[in-house]
Amino acid sequence: MNGLRDRVAITGIGETAYTRGSGKSIMSLQMEAALKAIADAGLSPKDIDGVIPYAGMGVVAEDFITNFGIEDLRYSATTPMGGASCVASLQTAAMAVATGVATHVLCVVGRNGYSGSRVGSRVAQMPQFKTIAEYEMPIGNIAPPQLYAHMARRHMELYGTTSEQFGHIAVTIRQHALLNDNAIMQTPMTLEEHQNSRLIASPLRLFDCCLESDGGTAVVVSSAERARDLQRPPVYLMGIAEGHPDSPSTITQRTDMTRLGTAKAAPQAFAMAGVTPTEIDVAEIYDCFTYIVLCQIEDLGFCDKGEGGAFVQGGRIALGGELPVNTHGGLLSQAHIVGMNHIVELVKQLRGTAGKAQVADAEIGLVTGYGDMGDGAVAIMRR
Amino acid sequence: MTDASYTRPIPEPTLDSQPYWDALKEHRLVLQQCASCGTSRHYPRPVCAHCFSMETTWIEASGQGTVYSWTVAHHPFHPGFKGKTPYVLVTVELEEGVRMVSQLPEVDPDAIKIGMPVEVYFEDVTAELTLPMFRLRQ
Repeated sequence: MNGLRDRVAITGIGETAYTRGSGKSIMSLQMEAALKAIADAGLSPKDIDGVIPYAGMGVVAEDFITNFGIEDLRYSATTPMGGASCVASLQTAAMAVATGVATHVLCVVGRNGYSGSRVGSRVAQMPQFKTIAEYEMPIGNIAPPQLYAHMARRHMELYGTTSEQFGHIAVTIRQHALLNDNAIMQTPMTLEEHQNSRLIASPLRLFDCCLESDGGTAVVVSSAERARDLQRPPVYLMGIAEGHPDSPSTITQRTDMTRLGTAKAAPQAFAMAGVTPTEIDVAEIYDCFTYIVLCQIEDLGFCDKGEGGAFVQGGRIALGGELPVNTHGGLLSQAHIVGMNHIVELVKQLRGTAGKAQVADAEIGLVTGYGDMGDGAVAIMRR
Repeated sequence: MTDASYTRPIPEPTLDSQPYWDALKEHRLVLQQCASCGTSRHYPRPVCAHCFSMETTWIEASGQGTVYSWTVAHHPFHPGFKGKTPYVLVTVELEEGVRMVSQLPEVDPDAIKIGMPVEVYFEDVTAELTLPMFRLRQ
């Protein structure tokens, strides 16, 4: 089943400065990123006829009609899957474009994750977390690092995975951030510094956790046919899927606590793309926590379950390695823009415009989203 | 009557879950069991995912289980837990085959292992709210 293979392309990308303290409204950040992405594609804001804003950040499709004077918005949707939302939004955008419902769909996110409300207070308000809010928050199992630590600990106990192996992920992604002028973290991290960082929720340390940051990011999805007439070289979508874990609302009840929705999405995305993991030249993997990267590497099929710890060592996931991961610095060291920044980075890599972090001859790449306790989304693209 | 000095998150029971919270106040841990196919489920919800029956009975759990996973919370993510860290959060697999998250106080975190036998006890945190806690089972 080819599904959406090669029928749509990412035609525009846009990013604001990523900061700790934007001094701008969330609305402004999203509009700025959107305008940049639309200009990058060589389009006018009035050409946008589909909008998929990130769910629950207070900016809705109607705001883009108002700000851009869009006369005939024909498609809007949200994909409320937490950190998997942005990659999942590419899927629904692609479906809208491939069926002719819309022509150019804007996928956009923007947040003041640093200067606005923090994650511990945010999650309690989210409907996806209502089960956690009733049964686990009163006990003290409140924020994502605590919720996910149960998964990480079980992985360590079952497979011998170590905190040092988590550290290799954090250190490698920091090295990549140093190559990126729009990354918040600009000083190197050593494995020793990772190991000495304070425990947040064991086994997760401070440097296993992503940043909280401010910024906006957007992409434009267009039909492959239209894309060839626009100003940038098209980056084609080869395969895409979303996957929801068993027991999505509580990690506690999950049949296998060491598998994410990614494990369901990956075979679908690879089958649609017609490629295998060995053909992936670069991977932008949602990295809210180091463990979540390790787990996804397994769920994506880059190695078997339990082998992720060994896989991330020895430079394999660094630039120049077998599978460069998070060449922009990721959520861990560039900025937490809910993974839309991962999509933008993959497009840059496949356009050959990733600057000092460019993977030589990158032809096929992969990007993932992960969120809300286990939802996964996987997209495979080519130049 | 609410206890103003209690600052931790307080559950908001629904019509589906009220019997669970009411039983805890009586120091009983109860679980839903499908009245049609007998499958136990937790946390409380209206439909049996096995046979789709909405007929439910409440059974009293033995309160005995084993450690499935755990974490030691060092950073308080809620004002109600400031000054209370570190504390051990544990995922317990109950004998009835379902799991729940609780705390495991009075245990050396370095000694915790998957499969370690534990049992429930009850802590009346306010006049209105009782939480299920776990301790090692001899």
